Amino acid sequence: MRRVNRDERTRIGFTLNGRAVSGDAESRMLLTDFLRHVIGATGTHVGCEHGVCGCCTVLIDGVAVRGCLTLAVQAEGRAVTTVEALASPDGALNALQQAFQQHHALQCGFCTPGILMSFTDYLARNPHPTEDEIREVLSGHLCRCTGYAGIVAAVLAASGGSAQQAS
Amino acid sequence: MKPRRFDYVRPESADEAVAVLAEYCDAASVLAGGQSLMAMLNLRLAEPAVLIDIASLKELDYIRIAGNMIEVGAAVTQNRLKGWPELAGKLPLLAAALPFVGHFQTRNKGTVCGSIAHADPSSEIPLVLATLGGEVVLRSHRGTRVLAAADFQRGALTTAREPDELIIAVRFPVQPTARVAFREVARRHGDFAIVAVAACVEDRDTVRIGIGGIADRPAARSARIDSAADATDIFESLACELEGYDDLHASARLRRDLLRRVGPVVVEEALRCAA
Repeated sequence: MRRVNRDERTRIGFTLNGRAVSGDAESRMLLTDFLRHVIGATGTHVGCEHGVCGCCTVLIDGVAVRGCLTLAVQAEGRAVTTVEALASPDGALNALQQAFQQHHALQCGFCTPGILMSFTDYLARNPHPTEDEIREVLSGHLCRCTGYAGIVAAVLAASGGSAQQAS
Repeated sequence: MKPRRFDYVRPESADEAVAVLAEYCDAASVLAGGQSLMAMLNLRLAEPAVLIDIASLKELDYIRIAGNMIEVGAAVTQNRLKGWPELAGKLPLLAAALPFVGHFQTRNKGTVCGSIAHADPSSEIPLVLATLGGEVVLRSHRGTRVLAAADFQRGALTTAREPDELIIAVRFPVQPTARVAFREVARRHGDFAIVAVAACVEDRDTVRIGIGGIADRPAARSARIDSAADATDIFESLACELEGYDDLHASARLRRDLLRRVGPVVVEEALRCAA
């Protein structure tokens, strides 16, 4: 049985974007804060901290979840994937990111990391979604400047693009 | 905000979880998907001394057919149940309601039993459990007991769970009919339902109606409906009986008006379904 007492700092380790990482944290530390402040991976953003805005969405074992509703200690031994994993090491954007750029799907970019991670999971399960399906997934995110039309267009383009590649 | 300090315990079995819960009772909160509890911890609306994390208990991550019931273990996420291949055939009402539960991202982690435990009056899964007459399975160091949905949820965010009891599973009765309908009104898809209505055709003209978001807990009734006028009358009297409540999202009056309008539409939709 894993136990972390309230005043204790414990060593937490998991795989972040394919690389083993670890650091010390209290039991109450959120995964978002652990990523940003302990590991230094600041790609994941923190907005509302109660699961509504979706900025902090990351993948745990490939599944998109709210980083702010996850304790760092719950990620122990798991595979965490964040927005830093999307571009290739030389900085080249992946297809989804390129579509966001082409379709003006971001302006200030604060909500973007979470939205990209949601669709990274969703498109892996459903590579050719309808516009309604895209909007349903997008309903789990808040964007306060660009609006949603560009994001929907970008995801449609990215999934259409992979459809052409597949055929 | 950030949670207050707590002792974190991650048991390796349900028995171990029950033993830890027996030790701390009221001082402990059980963490499953955390889609409500973690938000409450962050906002410091909940300040447990001990957090017992059951999310990764494999033995509670099961969906099984037990006689005429579908039993869903406490670690099963809402999206896992939504993707269960037999869901539409065995539990069509739940299949219709699950897409309204939160968002894709929260259903990935939020559990079916967690929704039941949290007992939000506008929540869809407790509404379906009440409408179908399901059961909640509770385990403590004293033993296991099974409560009917109607006896389990006592009010808004209030249930009959004793402080030393762990919700192990919920059971939904297999539905003999595919004639169901579900609708809800919310500010935006995935938000809290202002009013939610479920309907299942039981036999010939009897319809089982479930209503969420208007009273402090789901309301379920069986009614004989022969005509559109019957449906209008039933929802008129239900609106008066359940009254509704005022909150940030809607007034009691708006809730009643929505029920009067949405209710008959949902019943008609269920009756129109091919037998």
